[in-house]
Amino acid sequence: MLLNQFLILGAVLFATGVYGVLARRNGVMVLMSIELMLNAVNINLVAFGMQHGVVSGQVFALFVIAVAAAEVGVGLAIVLLLYRNRTSIDVEDFDLMRG
Amino acid sequence: MATQSVLAFVGPSVNWWALLPQMILLGAALLIMLVSALAPKQTSTPFVTVTTMCAAITSYIVATGLWNDVQRDGPSSSIASAFGIDGFSIFFTMLILVALAATALLSHGYLDKEGIDAPEFHALLLCSAAGAIVMASANDLVVMFIGLEALSIGLYVMIAMHDRRQEARESAIKYFVLGAFSSAFLLYGIALTYGATGSTNLIHIRDYLGAVVFRDQHLLMAAMALLLVGLSFKVAAAPFHFWAPDVYQGAPSPVTGWMASVAKAAGFAALLRIFFAAFASHRIDWTPIVSVLAAVTLVVGAVMAILQNDVKRMLAFSSVSHAGYVLIAVQAATDQGTAAALFYLFTYTFMVLGTFAVVGAMGRDDDHPLANYAGLGRSRPVLAIGFTILLLAQAGIPTTSGFVAKFQVIAAAVNNKNYVLAGLAMITAVVGAFMYLRIVMAMYVDNEEQKSSVPSWHWSTKVVVIAMVGFTLLAGLVPQFLIEFAEDAVPILIRG
Amino acid sequence: MVELVWLIPMLPLLGFLILLITGHLLGEPRAGWVATAFAGASFIATLIVLVGLLGKDSHAGGRSYEFVLFEWLPAGSLKVEAGFLLDPLSITMALFVTGVGALIHLYSIGYMHGDEKYSKFFLYLNLFLFSMLMLVFGNNLVVTFLGWEGVGACSYFLISFWHRRESAATAGKKAFVTNRVGDWGFMIATFAIWSALGTVTYTEIANSPAMSAATGTAVSLLLFVAAAGKSAQLPLYVWLPDAMEGPTPVSAMVHAATMVTSGVYLLVRMNNVLTDDALLVIAVIGATTALFAALCAVAQHDIKRVLAYSTVSQLGYMFLAIGSGAYVAAIFHVITHAFFKALLFLGSGSVIHGMHDEQDMRKMGALRIAMPITGATFIIGWLAIAGVPPFAGFWSKDEILLAAWEQKNIGPLLWVVGLVTALLTAYYMSRQVILVFFGDQRWDDDVHPHESSWTMTTPLCVLAVAAAAGGAINLPLVKDWLVLEHFLEPIFHHPHHFSSGTATKIALAVISVAAGLIGISIAVLSWMKRRIPTDRLEPEFLENAMYVDSSYARVVGGPGTTGFQKTADFDRRIVDGGVNGLARAVMKLGQLIQPTQSGYMRNYAVGVALGALAILVVLAWGLL
Repeated sequence: MLLNQFLILGAVLFATGVYGVLARRNGVMVLMSIELMLNAVNINLVAFGMQHGVVSGQVFALFVIAVAAAEVGVGLAIVLLLYRNRTSIDVEDFDLMRG
Repeated sequence: MATQSVLAFVGPSVNWWALLPQMILLGAALLIMLVSALAPKQTSTPFVTVTTMCAAITSYIVATGLWNDVQRDGPSSSIASAFGIDGFSIFFTMLILVALAATALLSHGYLDKEGIDAPEFHALLLCSAAGAIVMASANDLVVMFIGLEALSIGLYVMIAMHDRRQEARESAIKYFVLGAFSSAFLLYGIALTYGATGSTNLIHIRDYLGAVVFRDQHLLMAAMALLLVGLSFKVAAAPFHFWAPDVYQGAPSPVTGWMASVAKAAGFAALLRIFFAAFASHRIDWTPIVSVLAAVTLVVGAVMAILQNDVKRMLAFSSVSHAGYVLIAVQAATDQGTAAALFYLFTYTFMVLGTFAVVGAMGRDDDHPLANYAGLGRSRPVLAIGFTILLLAQAGIPTTSGFVAKFQVIAAAVNNKNYVLAGLAMITAVVGAFMYLRIVMAMYVDNEEQKSSVPSWHWSTKVVVIAMVGFTLLAGLVPQFLIEFAEDAVPILIRG
Repeated sequence: MVELVWLIPMLPLLGFLILLITGHLLGEPRAGWVATAFAGASFIATLIVLVGLLGKDSHAGGRSYEFVLFEWLPAGSLKVEAGFLLDPLSITMALFVTGVGALIHLYSIGYMHGDEKYSKFFLYLNLFLFSMLMLVFGNNLVVTFLGWEGVGACSYFLISFWHRRESAATAGKKAFVTNRVGDWGFMIATFAIWSALGTVTYTEIANSPAMSAATGTAVSLLLFVAAAGKSAQLPLYVWLPDAMEGPTPVSAMVHAATMVTSGVYLLVRMNNVLTDDALLVIAVIGATTALFAALCAVAQHDIKRVLAYSTVSQLGYMFLAIGSGAYVAAIFHVITHAFFKALLFLGSGSVIHGMHDEQDMRKMGALRIAMPITGATFIIGWLAIAGVPPFAGFWSKDEILLAAWEQKNIGPLLWVVGLVTALLTAYYMSRQVILVFFGDQRWDDDVHPHESSWTMTTPLCVLAVAAAAGGAINLPLVKDWLVLEHFLEPIFHHPHHFSSGTATKIALAVISVAAGLIGISIAVLSWMKRRIPTDRLEPEFLENAMYVDSSYARVVGGPGTTGFQKTADFDRRIVDGGVNGLARAVMKLGQLIQPTQSGYMRNYAVGVALGALAILVVLAWGLL
């Protein structure tokens, strides 16, 4: 089994997600980038599970999907809250506190 | 065949008694939500405060029973070794429960004053506490991750709950995005650990690492690095601390206190469990990194703190530098160091909750420029003395628990021959002390022009402040009992 | 009776607690009396314990008692107990701390009259006394450190007691920052001793084998850093002159008689770990401080600042004694200095009080008539500090100069520095006495100086007696009269013995007395004669006075003044600047990293990502 291919795919996806968080200004896009990072981890988990020949990796991936869903729900709610208040979801606008 | 395996499936044995503390908290959360949905008029703030308090106290009694069991029968673990029943987990359970009770009490006056929906707040607080307990007790990385998310998701919402404050919403999005970002790093670390060792169970990982010599360690090293990043973020260690000042400043004060005490303690519990216990055989790889993190954290925390003019930001940076002290104890990677870390976290919980109890009752709309504290020594002398003691304790002045805590941490570093870090800790303590002194001076220097009208204090806030000051002095004068408590809590990761 | 030792610190603590709870109800003057009663009771308890201790056999540690209350901080192999150590050294310190302390409490009843924070003042005084006694009686370094921090805290509170004055608040802050440097030395020294000897308890340190030379010297120097912070030695003395912003009784008690001598106590207590190299450093810095501060004192106009610099200078003497190995002489001078400097400060307080808060000596003069008791007692204090026999200061200073002379490496040089300091001391103190109590009235018409109340003059009289006769506790004339030396001897590992012959001793004593008299004469000629009203009937005399004036101007006014000015500049720019510079460096560092806290969460995420990358690279690199 070609484990390394999956690991590299996972790493590339993760890096893409990191780039998205660092580069995107749109709040929703930032959330999606985080989702990308979590899914990169899922690929890793499944691949390792296959390598070790146990299903636990896939079970963990299910856990992660569930947690990610809860998290993104809260995240979207917060973005919505900010939009209602400032009519903007540009994360560069949120700089009241600094220094 | 599939049917057969389903029939043959036997779940792991569950020690329900050991899970009772967090079950009680979750039960109370459900009760509050249920009652507030069915009879919204009847769910007053006193009702939910009393419910949370009762849950915390009952849970604490159960935890005391568990502690006695563990001390008598020795530690064990449950649910296929995924959940530790050891002195360490019960120590943190007790710490979290004390913080829960204190936060419930000090938010009692705050929620009404600031117009925040009490039932929702308390339900989230209880869930968050249960998550923290799970995180501190988990012997399995995935369980730990779930605990962390339960703790964090509750916090995200609690931060955003202050309706009138722009800053609250802003800190919610900052904490959320950065928290989820670092969670992804942590999760990646978990996945790589799973890949390198074939398990997510910490006991298996420890045994595996102790027995196997790797030909290629890169996977394991990357795993350690990413786990460290994720947990350093939670405990606000530099350079993963940037969120802390903004979020502490923006969040409602009781939530800030909760973050500074419980989120930090649970983060350190996980850090110690993973690195001190499971990666013990590779300590030579990770201790230097933690030393550097500790040094950077100490310097950044102390130096940035003295530049601030907002009390909550000052306390946020002070919280960063406290993380640096605990990291010193962690990098020692000895039983003495771990006991020192536990002692530090326990006493810090009391100091910081007392501090934020005062802060929460001070500002209008929770704004805290230093000038607002001018003349507090005159208008509220008793509470000003209490606040002074709590601040001096954070500065590490003798006769307070803060001194004993710093002493233990530095002693652990000296015992470990890490003199550079010990010296740095003392220097930053001096620099940090100046910041606390600024707040104390502000309180006692009269400012004739700006006599701030201090809002009246709710009795529950006073109870919290007095209790926290009392404990801080008690643990400073006769710390023996607490030191023994911390030492008894050190053994972790026992197969059961 | 020695078991009663716990009473000595507990009585002031009790007084503190009573005032804390009922201070507002008691008000003036009852709060003052309560505090004074507890301080006095503590002194009586000390006397009782002393009698008990004297009743014990003086041989082989028979007079050393340890009372352990409970185990305080167990940290691994280190056990720190909360306990008291009663031995000749601690009881000697306690005796004058409580004695002088009680007198100053009494004095404050009158001095603080009408202050709005009257009861709070006494609260701090009692707390200070308690902390100081903990410092003295602690049986290990950590308990002493507790007292050390306690007296420090009380000192800041009391310096900035009148915190509405900007200068008082600044002075409190300055004292805090400077002292923290010393505390840092104390902490490191404690840890170093623990890791080298495995204990921090005094009796065990005294019985431990010697440390290696390098460690021993490092520990000694760290202890000296601690002592220099608390006892105002170069370069950490800067806070003490500013500390005069506090009420005068505080200057007398905290910043002259007791707290500032705790550095001396610490070094004497740790005498068996001090190495020869370190002692040389201590002697040199002590002598330099003595001379430097005496030069500064010459140029002051504020009545209290003269005394403040004088205190720094006298503390320099004590460290010179320690550096020369003459620990008894150091403690002896601590005691006599406590008497005469407390007397001088209280006297100056009485003057300030009588002059309605005027502190400039140029606006005083001829006060001996208006304030006879203050004047007379102040003059006794002056004779004592100027080293005129048979007053107390002469005996202790003489012993220090003798010890300096016998110092192994650079003895004569140290002696000369000490001698010049003695001359300067006599000069500036005479100048002060003349400016304040003799000459013309130079105060404004609306000021009506008056003698102070009996609560203030009684302590003056008692202290005047002590300053006059205090030398009696250690007279070198007959061997058996060296009471203090015999009493303290058991605590030293290598008791110091003077090797010089009687002739040398007498010669040195004569020279030092002569130096004192020369100093006084210069002052009299320059300050007193010049102030005599011009009498046209005595032109020769006028001429004479002119001559003295001009010579004075040539010596002191020309290059002299520039020298003093330079010293003052050095003080302000370099030493002060050093402390401020440290603070500024921290601020600079902060401003350097402040931009990272930009408020933009994407930048924060960059921080997390870069940190992660760094850790990843380091861990991977460690493998290669």
